Parts: sequence; C-alpha cells; structure tokens
Amino acid sequence: MMQSKSTEITVGMFVAAGIAALFVLAMKVSNLGDLTEEKGYQVTAEFGNVGGLKVRSAVTMAGVRVGRVADISLDPKTFDAKVTLNMYPQFNNIPIDTSASIYTAGLLGEQYIGLVAGAEDESLKNGDVITLTQPALVLEQVIGQFLYSKAEGSD
Amino acid sequence: MINYIRSLGRWGLGSFERLGRAHIFLVAMLAGVPGLFLRFSLVIQQLFSIGVLSVMLILISGLFVGMVLGLQGYNTLVDFGAEESLGVMVSLSLVRELGPVVSALLFAGRAGSALTAEIGLMKSTEQLSGMEMMAVDPIKRIIAPRFLAGIISMPLLAAIFSAVGVLGGFLVGHGLLGVDDGAFWSQMQAKTDLFEDIFNGVIKSVVFGLVVTWIALFEGYDAMPTSEGVGRATTRTVVHSAFAILGLDFVLTALMFGD
Amino acid sequence: MPLIKIRDLHFNRGDRVIFDGVNIDIQRGKVTAIMGPSGTGKTTLLKLIGGQLRPDKGTIEVDGQDVHKLSHSELYELRKRMGMLFQSGALLTDIDVFDNVAFPLREHTNLPESMIRDLVLMKLQAVGLRNARRLSPNELSGGMARRVALARAVALEPMMIMYDEPFTGQDPISMGTLVNLIHRINDAMKLTSIVVSHDVAETAEIADYIYLMSGGKIIEHGSPVQLKDSGSQWVQQFMQGLPDGPVPFHYAGPDFAEDLLNPEDNA
Ligand SMILES: Nc1ncnc2c1ncn2[C@@H]1O[C@H](COP(=O)(O)OP(=O)(O)OP(=O)(O)O)[C@@H](O)[C@H]1O
Ligand SMILES: [Mg+2]
Repeated sequence: MMQSKSTEITVGMFVAAGIAALFVLAMKVSNLGDLTEEKGYQVTAEFGNVGGLKVRSAVTMAGVRVGRVADISLDPKTFDAKVTLNMYPQFNNIPIDTSASIYTAGLLGEQYIGLVAGAEDESLKNGDVITLTQPALVLEQVIGQFLYSKAEGSD
Repeated sequence: MINYIRSLGRWGLGSFERLGRAHIFLVAMLAGVPGLFLRFSLVIQQLFSIGVLSVMLILISGLFVGMVLGLQGYNTLVDFGAEESLGVMVSLSLVRELGPVVSALLFAGRAGSALTAEIGLMKSTEQLSGMEMMAVDPIKRIIAPRFLAGIISMPLLAAIFSAVGVLGGFLVGHGLLGVDDGAFWSQMQAKTDLFEDIFNGVIKSVVFGLVVTWIALFEGYDAMPTSEGVGRATTRTVVHSAFAILGLDFVLTALMFGD
Repeated sequence: MPLIKIRDLHFNRGDRVIFDGVNIDIQRGKVTAIMGPSGTGKTTLLKLIGGQLRPDKGTIEVDGQDVHKLSHSELYELRKRMGMLFQSGALLTDIDVFDNVAFPLREHTNLPESMIRDLVLMKLQAVGLRNARRLSPNELSGGMARRVALARAVALEPMMIMYDEPFTGQDPISMGTLVNLIHRINDAMKLTSIVVSHDVAETAEIADYIYLMSGGKIIEHGSPVQLKDSGSQWVQQFMQGLPDGPVPFHYAGPDFAEDLLNPEDNA
C-alpha cells in the first residue's frame, strides 16, 4: 500500500517518545544511577539487631549518602547480624574508627545506616570491619522501656 | 428446570467452543507474525492508527492521574510528616500499577474498540472473505500486523503515561504544595528499583497489550456479520478487556511483588 | 475432462438442508450458469468451490484437485487461479479503486510499480472506470463497485471466474456491456466462467449451459435452448418468471392462516 512519509515520521516519533519515556523512568525515577556505582569498596559491620534494615538501604554520613547495604547475614558464632556495606569509591578517606548506627528516617520511614566519623588517620579499606556499632531501635522495645521507667519513676 | 440446565449446558459448551476458537486464532496470528518482518510497512501503518492516535489521550490522562496522585498523596503523607516521600508514592503507584493498568484500560477503549469495529465491518462487508478468495490470507495480511502493533504500542504508551504522570505529580507536589524538589527526586530514586518496579511494569504492559489486542481482534473476527453483531462485539471487547486487565494485574502483581 | 466436478454434495446450515446430493460438471472454456430462486444456496455453492466452506459429504474437484483435501498453502495456490466476483463487490474500503485493482498484483507478484499501473489501467479501461480510479469504494454505486470488483478479479488472469449475481443493480446499458464483457473476457482469456444469477434473460444470453437448482437439488440442466423447450412446469415457471407455480415464494414453514390464528410465536 502507499505509505505516506508523514505516517512513517509520526510513527518514528511515537516510538522514540515511548523509548525516551522508558529511559527517563530508568534514569530519573529509578535507582539505575546507583547500579553503575558498584566499583567502590566493601566493609562489614556487626549489629545486635538490624531491625527493618534491607539490602540496598542507604549508608549515610552527616546526611550525605556514601554507600549502600550490599548484604545482610547472620554470624554463625556470635549470632549477630553481619552487614556488608558497599562504599562509594570517592569516599576513600573515612577514618578506621568510624562508628555505625541504624536510624529510622521519620517515625515510619525506612531504616538506614548512619556513620559518625572517628579521629584516626588511617582510613577504611576494602574488607575492613567497623567495630563500633549501635543496633537498631525497635519501637516496641523503646516504648516498653519508656513505660517501664515511667512506672518506676512514679513509685 | 430441565430446560434451565440444558440451556446452561449449551451455554457452557458454547463458551468452551469460543475459547477454543480464540486460541486457534491466537496461534494463527502468532504464526503470521514472523512474515511481517519482511513487510514491516504494514506494521508501521498500524502503529500509526493504534499507537500514535492514542498518544494524546494517554498524555492528558497520565498528566492528570499524576497530578491527582500528587495532591492525594500529599494530603495523606503530610499527616505523618512524611511529605518528602511523595516522589516515591507517585512513582511506585504509577510505574507498578496505574501506568500499565490505566493506560491498558484507555487503550482498550480507544484502540481496542476501533480494532473490533474495523475488523467486524470488514467481515460483514465480505472484505475478509474477498481477500481469502484472492489468495491473500487475512490473518497474515490484516490481523497479524495489528496484533504486533498492539503489542509494541502498549508498553510505549504505558511508559509515556508513567513518565508524564511523574511529571504531573512533581508539578503539583513541588510547584503547588512546595515539597522540596531534591527530596522528591532522591527519595523516588532511592526506592524505585529498575528491575523490581520499572521492568516489571513494562512486562505487565506487554502482557496487557497482547491480551487486549487479541481480544479486540478476535471479537471483530468472530463477530456476527451484522451491524448489531459488530456493535455487540465492540462492547464485549471493552468489557472483556477490562476484566482481563484487572484480573491479570492481580495475578501478575502477586507473582512479581508478593515475596 | 471438466474443470470442476461436484459429486454428491451435501451441506447443512444448522438444521436447514442447503444441498442434498448435488452433481455438477463445469466444462473448460464455457460459461456455465447456476440459477435458482433466492436463498437456494447459490452463493453457498461458490463458497464451497472456493474452499471457504466445507461440505458435510461429497467432493468438489477443481482442475483435478479435491478442494477440501488440500493443505492451507495448496488451497491458497489454487485460489490464485480462481477469480471470484462477490455479490457485494467486497472491495477494500480503506483504499481507492486503483489500489483495489492493484491489490492482488502487489500481493502476488513482484512487478515494478510502472507495470502494475499499466495493467490496472488496462483492466479499469475494460470495465469503463479508468477515470474513476481515484474514487474511494464508498463513492461508487453498487453497479460501479461490481465492475471494479470484476476488474480486480481478472487482474491476476485466473483460469476461472465465479460471478455471484453480476447483473443485479446494473442499469440496462451497463448490463449490456457487462454481458458483453463476461463473454469477451471468457473468450479472450480462455477462461471458464460460472455465473450465478436469477436474471433469466441475461443469463440465457451468455450461458453455454445452465443448471437449475431448487430445494437443495438440481432440478434440470441443459443448454438454454433445451431448457426453454423443457416440459417441466417448474422450469417453465422459472424461465418465464411466472409468479405462481410449483416454486414456492414463501420460506418453508407453517401456513399463513395457521400463523395468524396462533398468537404464540414459537419459532
Ligand atoms: N452464515 C450463515 N449462517 C446460517 N445460514 C446461512 C448463512 N449464510 C446463508 N445461510 C442460509 O443459507 C441459504 C442459502 O444462502 P445463499 O446466500 O447461498 O443463497 P443464494 O442462493 O445466494 O441467495 P440470493 O440469490 O438471494 O443471493 C439461505 O437460506 C440462508 O438462510
Ligand atoms: Mg447469493
């Protein structure tokens, strides 16, 4: 059949727009950007309780994202949670005595790992372990403790 | 009572027969698809009337759905002090659910019904029959290009819907309600996964595109060759497509996101 | 050997018997007419020959091949050599007259566009519609559409053409041209033609042989002259168009008076 040029052009534009939309969704909306940053280094940290922390949760320092949680497993000897952190390569001078805590973003938000810088000159390298850790606050425990102390105080 | 059971039985047999015909039809369509790559101009023609002509509807609907999501989401989230999460809410709702589902429903209404009417009319005016007698297989020449064009168009339309919807949500959230734009985007990016969310959304829309186009073409091809028959077939296309989309959405969501 | 050989053909639509043991031979190079009252199944017969419908019993052989034993691709090969003129014309409504006639050429040949143009214009010239080539099918009258469909049916130069009611809806002048045309095409292209019709005069004029059909059976067959002299009342009624006689005007069913007295419609 006769195929007008303008049909072909509009169809081409339509397909391009659709693919562009997919591309925008991938780059601008999703975490594709992060997937390409996996070339950093890995450190581990052990926590008594990781709460709702998940693989791919954020690792931040002073509110700036410096890495992501790569893996969470159970240490077979200590029965602590062993969390592997993927650190972005540009943050290569984080002191070795840095401490890690699990925080919650907002009351109901996601949990993330917050790092607080130490004072040593030596910096974290691939395979190092962060020893100073503070476990996740589990809401029920906090409320329980609060009520308990209230009850004690009112005596 | 006996009559009732008998008519129920006849209805059941009739349904099975139709279901069988629909699947034979699907196989015939699929068999016609490889040959299309030699005559892609036929598909381009259909991409125009199925895809391009639906873009306007998709753009406008997507924008408004995104804006409503922005508004509603903000009102809910602000109670928890979590309005920074507006971006996530908008993007996940769109990419996982509303993008594929709503655009497929619109597609069924806009393109599906048109396909049924077109094919049904071609049947009732003996154009399909005439083509057969000219030794041109209407399934290969008429049906298969429309089928392929439907499958290609649907994910593209759904992607456009979601992208425009996110934009709509951003316009309302940031422009109107003053949510911080950095938080909007970074939260969205942090929680929207390329494979888990976007890729699965695309798979959904490919499935919806296949099913809606299949229903539309089969209803047209199987329509009674009268104006009333074609009218009824068109209605059935929209109703059955809607059921199929929503039902499949549940199944696919359970398979993809329910771990 | 006849081009088409129909033997013991049986075909039903639901409970309705359309053919009940029909035997027909269509000779090569001749114009054979199949006539009968409306609704006897003339169109159905052509669809059976074209392989679009499947008989319940009996065989149809075209050029030595049993139509209903062919594979899908063999059937399509055979159809390339069959032309069919539909009662409605069956033109493709989304393309114009020219593209309609060019359609089978473009689908089945790799001819260059310039040659397709020449061929199409030749065929359209033959049916007198060369200057209507840029009209779309819905701008044509029923008679014009039929002529375009004829041009399309002969585009691939088939070995046979089946005409379904070619004369209805034609004015006397184009009727005359059409009768001429069918004759000319048949002789010039050495075609075999099957004309299905109930226009007695025109059909008798062009047909070499006529089959008369009613109630699922062949009532009579012979050359036009033989049929005109037939002693059968039925044949006389049909050939002369008498309103009353053995051919029932009414679709089979209960009597009118009986129907009026019975208010419940239990059809
Ligand atoms: N698709 C169909 N389903 C059921 N019955 C049909 C169908 N098509 C035709 N019939 C029946 O088959 C019979 C023969 O139809 P057909 O169209 O072959 O008649 P015809 O001889 O060509 O009539 P006409 O001269 O009016 O064109 C009719 O009585 C009709 O009721
Ligand atoms: Mg007929």
